[in-house]
Order: sequence, then C-alpha cells, then structure tokens
Amino acid sequence: MRISMTVNGKAVSGEVEPRTLLVEFLRNQLGLTGTHVGCDTSQCGCCVVHVDGASAKACTLLAVQVEGASVTTIEGLAQGGELHPLQRAFHENHGLQCGFCTPGMIMSAADLLQRNPDPSEHEVREWLEGNLCRCTGYHNIVKSILAAAQAMRGMARAAE
Amino acid sequence: MVEKGIGARVPRKEDLRFITGRGRYTDDINQPGQVHAVFVRSPHAHARIQRIDKGPALAMPGVLAVLTGEDVAADKLGNLICGWLVKSKDGSPMKMGPHPLLAQGKVRYVGDRVAVVVAETLAQARDAAEALAVEYEELPAVVDLAHAHDAPALVHDEVANNLCYDWELGDKAAVDAAFARAHHVTRMELVNNRLVPNAMEPRAAIGHFDPGQDAYTLYLTSQNPHVHRLVISAFIGVAPEHKLRVVAPDVGGGFGSKIFIYGEECVVLWASKKVGGRPVKWVAERSESFLTDAHGRDHVSRAELAMDADGNFLALRVNTKANLGGYMSTFSSCIPTYLYATLLAGQYRTPAIYCDVQAYYTNTAPVDAYRGAGRPEASFLIETLIDQAAREMRMDPAEIRRRNFIPKSAFPYQTPVALVYDTGDYATCLDEALKLVDYAGFAGRRAQSERNGKLRGIGVSCYIEACGIAPSAVVGSLGAGVGLWESAKVRFTHTGKVQVLTGTHTHGQGHETTFSQLVAEKLGVAYEDVEVIHGDTEKTPVGMGTYGSRSLAVGGEALVKACDKIIAKGKKIAAHLLEASEADIEFKDGKFTVAGTDKAKTIGEVVFAAYVPHNYPAGLEPGMEEGAFFDPPNFTFPAGTYVCEVEVDPQTGEVDIAKFVAVDDFGNVVNPMIVEGQVHGGLVQGIGQALLEGARYDGSGQLLTGSYMDYCMPRADDVPSFEVVTSRGTACTSNSLGVKGCGEAGAIGAPAAVINAITDAIGTRVEMPATPERVWRALQRRPMARAAE
Repeated sequence: MRISMTVNGKAVSGEVEPRTLLVEFLRNQLGLTGTHVGCDTSQCGCCVVHVDGASAKACTLLAVQVEGASVTTIEGLAQGGELHPLQRAFHENHGLQCGFCTPGMIMSAADLLQRNPDPSEHEVREWLEGNLCRCTGYHNIVKSILAAAQAMRGMARAAE
Repeated sequence: MVEKGIGARVPRKEDLRFITGRGRYTDDINQPGQVHAVFVRSPHAHARIQRIDKGPALAMPGVLAVLTGEDVAADKLGNLICGWLVKSKDGSPMKMGPHPLLAQGKVRYVGDRVAVVVAETLAQARDAAEALAVEYEELPAVVDLAHAHDAPALVHDEVANNLCYDWELGDKAAVDAAFARAHHVTRMELVNNRLVPNAMEPRAAIGHFDPGQDAYTLYLTSQNPHVHRLVISAFIGVAPEHKLRVVAPDVGGGFGSKIFIYGEECVVLWASKKVGGRPVKWVAERSESFLTDAHGRDHVSRAELAMDADGNFLALRVNTKANLGGYMSTFSSCIPTYLYATLLAGQYRTPAIYCDVQAYYTNTAPVDAYRGAGRPEASFLIETLIDQAAREMRMDPAEIRRRNFIPKSAFPYQTPVALVYDTGDYATCLDEALKLVDYAGFAGRRAQSERNGKLRGIGVSCYIEACGIAPSAVVGSLGAGVGLWESAKVRFTHTGKVQVLTGTHTHGQGHETTFSQLVAEKLGVAYEDVEVIHGDTEKTPVGMGTYGSRSLAVGGEALVKACDKIIAKGKKIAAHLLEASEADIEFKDGKFTVAGTDKAKTIGEVVFAAYVPHNYPAGLEPGMEEGAFFDPPNFTFPAGTYVCEVEVDPQTGEVDIAKFVAVDDFGNVVNPMIVEGQVHGGLVQGIGQALLEGARYDGSGQLLTGSYMDYCMPRADDVPSFEVVTSRGTACTSNSLGVKGCGEAGAIGAPAAVINAITDAIGTRVEMPATPERVWRALQRRPMARAAE
C-alpha cells in the first residue's frame, strides 16, 4: 500500500505492507532511528512521537492509520538549529544515561508541557506513567522536565 | 585549577547525540545485503526434541537458511562457557552441563534456542519460524529452587540432584563454638527474589562474514566487546580472534545482562557464513528478553546471628541455595560464591563467619550477574537479619549497627571471609544519614501518620560492596578464567588534540565525560580537546569491559598511568627544548617548566616537537602516544548508609516511600553529577526489587512475568526524589585517584532499607517484592498474632 504523510515538516510517502507499524516505517523506510522500540506491549514509551501535535506510541499505530497526518519525531524537535528547551534541560540536569528511553521521554514531556505549562512534580511523575527508564531512577528526568517548564514559561512571558 | 577537571559537575558530552535522536544503537545500523534472523524457541521448560522438520519453513518465501543444533554439531562449534571454576567442599569441580548454541537433544527452559531461521525480510523470517515443525516429548520440569535437590527430574542427566556445586567459605568450627556460647541467636529464613534486568534496549546483533577478506564483524549490545571476541573465537570457534572485529556501538543500558556471551549473537555470526556472507541481523523482542536475558538474584537462605548480652556480634552462619537456571551463564558460578559470601562481614567486626552455598540447576532461564551481583543478596541478608536482631534485643537498629561497626582506626581490616577492606568510615555515613532524615523527629512523623490512618516506618541499611574487580592473581586463584586488569591509551595528534582509547565500555555511565575530565586534569589540555573512543576491538586496546563498578577504579587508573608516561616523555622533550636537565623539569597545568624559572613549553609545543622532531633529543622515539594496563592490588570497598521512611496504607497495603536518604562513601569523585545519577538509578532498581519486581514461573516452568504487562517495572510515579550525599569520602588506597566506584551501590543498599522500614511500620516482615497484596495479608494476620501473644 502507498501512504503519504508529513514527517518533521517534510512531505513523505512510501510503500508499506498493511501490517507495517508507524515506528517501522519511520525507522526502516525513513531512516529516522531516533524513535526506538523497547517493548512489544506498548508499555515502555521509547517510541513516542507526535501525531498531529499529540503524543502517541509509534509501536501501536499502523503506518496506514497515519495517512495524511503530521508526524514529529525527536529528530524534528529542535528548530532552526536551536535545541528545544526540553533537550537542553535533559542535558543540563543529567536527565539521561544510556539515552535509549530519552527520545520517547522528551517527546512525551513536550506534550505534557503544551497541555500543562506549570506541572507539579506529582503531575510530571503521573504523566510519565507510560515511559519506562531503567537508568536514571527518574529523579533527574523529573528535574529536567520541571526545569524546561520553567524555561518555557520564561520564554512565553518574554514573547508577550 | 583545570576547568572541567576532577570534581567538576560537567554536563555530559555524549548527551547531544541522544537528545537529538542521533544515537547509534545496534538496531539503528543496517548493512547492504542484510538479511534477518528469527529464533525458534522452546515452548516447554523441559523436553526432549524428537524431530525437527525444516521442510515447511525452508519452502517459505525469502527463506535462506534454517539451522538447528545438528548443524552446530556438524560444524563442530563449541559450547557456551562459564568462565569461573568453583570447587565444592570436597574439592571436586562444579558439574557443568553442556550449553550448546542451539539445543541438542533436550531443551531446558522456556525460550531455549531450538533453531534459527534466516530470511530476506524480518516478516518472512517470522512467518517461516512459525512454520517450523518441532516435535517434543515433554519431561517433568524442575522449577522450585527449594526442592531442586530431590526433584523428580534432572535438568542435566549427568548432574545428580541438579546440584552444580556445594561450596563453603569461613571457619565452621569457630562459628559453631561462638554459637555455643552466645547469649542470643537471631534466626531468619529469607528469599532474594528473582529479577529480570530489563535494560531498555533489547539485545541485538549483526553478524557479517566477508568472504573476500576471510574476516568477521559482529555488531552487538555488549558491555565487554573484547571478552565477546575472546569467547567466540577461543571457545565457540566461529572465527579466529585476529580475524574477528567486535563492535559494541551505543548500548542502551546493561546492568550486567550484556556482559554475557549468549547463543544468539554467536549464531548470527556463524549464520552469515552459512548464507554466503550476507550480514545477518537479529533484534530481540522484549518478550525474548524476558525469556532469555540472564536473570538476577534468586536465593533462598537461612541466616543465624549469634550475639553476646550487649548485642555484640559473635558469629554469623548462613546457608544459601542459589538458582543457576537451565544452564550456567558466563559468570554465574562466581555470583553466589565469591561475590556474595565474601561480603557477609558487611560493615561489622563479626569475628567468625561461615557460609555454605548449594547451586542448583532448574528449568528456568540462566541466572547471572545483575547490578550488584551477589552483593545485594549479601547486604540484604545481613541488614534485615541485624534489624531483626535489634528488635529481639530491644535495641535501636542504628545503635546495634554503630556498636558493631569496624572502627575507622581498624583499617586496613581483614574480614573473616577473605577480603581486606582498605578504608572506610561507617559511623560518619550513618550519622550523616540519620541527621539528613531527621531520625530524632521520626516519632513525631509517625504520630502524624497515625492520625491520618497510616502506618509509618523507618529502615536503616548500612551496605558495603567490593568493586573494581579485581586483582587478577587473586581472582585467578579463586577460579576465574580471565585476568581482570584494564587498558587505556592516550594518543596526541599534531595539533594537540587527544584521543583516549579505553578497554572499558560506556552504556549510560558517561565515560566520555568522566575520562575527558580526568585527562584534562592530568595533562592540562582542554576538556573539549579530548575524545574518548571505546567499544570497537579494532580501535581500542584489548580490554575487559565494564561491570562491577570497575571502569574508573581500574580503567581510569590505567588512563592515569598512560598520562604519566606522556608526561615522562614530555619532560625529556621539554628538557631538550629548554636546554635544561630533565630532572629540573616540572609539569603542571599543561606546562613543562624549568624549576624556579619562567622558562616553559606548553604540552602543545612539546607534542608538536614529538611529531615534527627537527630539534629533538637524540635517541628518543618520535610521536606522543602511550598505553598502559592496570591490575589493581585489591578490590575497592564503597560503603554507606541508606535510610528509607515509608507510609503504609493499612486499608490497601500500599507502601509509599515518604523519604529516602543515601549517604555514600565512594572515595574521591570525578563528576558528582554523574555519580549522583548512578545512585538514583541504582536506588530505583533496589526499590523495584523491594516493592515491585519479581520473575515468576508457574509449576510447569512457564514464565508468568514475561512482559511489561506482568512484570512490574518501577515507574516515575512509584518512586520519590532522593536526597543523595556522595561527597564525604575516605580515599581508596588501591588506585592513585582514590576512587571506589558507584554504579551498583544503590541497588545493593536500597532493598534492606525499604523492607526494614515496612517491617517497622507493620510489625512483621514481608518477603520481596512487598506488593500491596502481601503487605495487606501480613496486616490481616497481625491481630491474630497479637491475640496469641
């Protein structure tokens, strides 16, 4: 089957089998290997991308379901050569170790912060329920997201 | 003072590629002509393979090869090995059943490799794997460790009673004598629950045989690529060592599970030759990881502590049954022995200790090192036993520990279980932790919780571990088949940039940053000018890899020695350039200076002279590249105190961690930010073991916890933020850096702190994982126990 969609702002299309998952299409056909596969039961969140602006697990969507949609992956998060505040905050606060869960964590957190620009620590931890990390103990991930939220609120105020 | 040198909280240089999605993990690599492997696995825990009919699978579209144990035997490939020989009490060697790359005759656990299917696409390989017809004759399964000895079946026909070895350590007569004169003996039976490591990146491999070069390349998820190369060459015999390149690119966590040489990675390398040299890729699904990655822990123990009337420890006696699973894994024999019983002294001056360990085969996945590896089991046993002793002796749990600590003045300290601790200051860590947690204010907080209908408890755990494995001669005398030194190379370029090549491997630990800081400090070069290269046997010197919190204490010290050689050579060149005596040259902050003058050459100028030796000392080799190996004189001994405070909801049995304080003595610290991160991660693995995680097999040997739906991984909302203090150290004496290692401490110390806190809250001990159901059931039993008192 032929599918078309927008990925990281660019129009793309490709031939897929009906059983092809979105994450397989992104990784194998588009070469966007920043989106990872860490499980087979939609639990780990390593594959989180944005579909039409909302976070989604790319292992749980068939590529054909995303026909015509706009997809953003970790590779498309930095704009104009500038890291996204979440990417910066993960770096500054040691929010990653092996890096495997990191793209999913950042994409998931980006969705949280657009819904709730000022989350509490409790709200951040609850939101991350669908993202597993085995390295950091979450401590510095939570710290990174709270730091990014603060930075983004500051940027929003400055833009007003 | 060097910027971004030792002690600085430098954000990591490896981060950029990971936060932008440009990491390069094994599954991100694809090669021209690549084909895909899928393994056919045993659905039975224990069965005889009656017949395999390759026909239907071979006839499927795209299928290139179907290989079984018979093909492995026909090609005379060797078995997987266990690299540490443990001897039983009677001096006989452990009984090791053969562990073939693909099952031969029998399967011994659910997930055991029966065949591999190689096809053009992954989907085709999957479809063909489903079509492969295997007939089994089911056999009774040995599942329960406690009864493995007299189980109705033998996992390996040649191993009687399923007993691999019956090992002992310590002075039994002295212990028996101490128990005979004890005022009080505390006894406990305890289980150390089986865990699944669950690095977020599943195992993966791409094997490639290049017929033109007659050479092999293996990309894989490894913590120790040189060890993989050695075993695959010397024991499995797929490729000669000098014709085999092993690359471990970015690796998404290991925690021990990626140390081991498993069958799958060997098979894809071999399979590449069988399909004419096309690269063969295999990526584990998470379900395969659960079934086949080596599990951790899984002990049942009986422990007894003898005390005098004042609560002084007189002797410790421990019996442990350890589960090896269906086969011995690469280091599985040493985990419940030399990495376990040797730690049973803990932080205490217990004068006599005896431990014996029976290791059994069962029809479950192999068990091997998982973060901490033996030491969490030892620490949990000692620290829960001491807590029970304190209750029985009506002593404060902190006080009974303080009373029995090895005093700061007693180092170096020979324990009764072989180790010599070099340094430590246990009381200071305990005091600091009690202050941070406000131990004195606990009664008030407990009363407040009670008013809210909750039960509050506090638990202390004073852990110790042996890291930086290890002196090669010592581990060799104990049965290790390898040396455990580490290597490093420092290579300057013409322009004064530095390439550091290390035999260790980073898969989250941040070596690229820490080692750059170290070299910046030692050589006075800019941190940004240092590039750390690792994980490729064709680039780096032969190394032993990363595990046992050894990378800085052993690999970092090798790097220091290489830097020392650079400085020594630089002094000769500087002396020549400055027309001074070599003895008068001092090196500091990147400058060679004639002592007492302002005559100096920067290291950049000296390096340039080494590569453009127009004006150069006679007889001195040009170039500036030095390598070193380091074999430490002793293990290192990180230690500390963890205090956990929990609130239990008696209605639901749910345990909430209200506070968690960690005070660690890691010796000197290079990057405190990274060290704290290591502690956070370890703590959550330890808390996961205490509250959430447990691998369970049913009576027939089916893994019930085979996915993230059934195996409870710690999630962000299960755990708190932590208070971690790592700065109050006693410098280690086994390396010039004074570092001890920090990677495993959290997972070692945390379980006892959590369980002791729950016991304190509810008045009775609950086995790990202390799930709400178990806690609730324990609470229901409690009123009856009280009524009986």
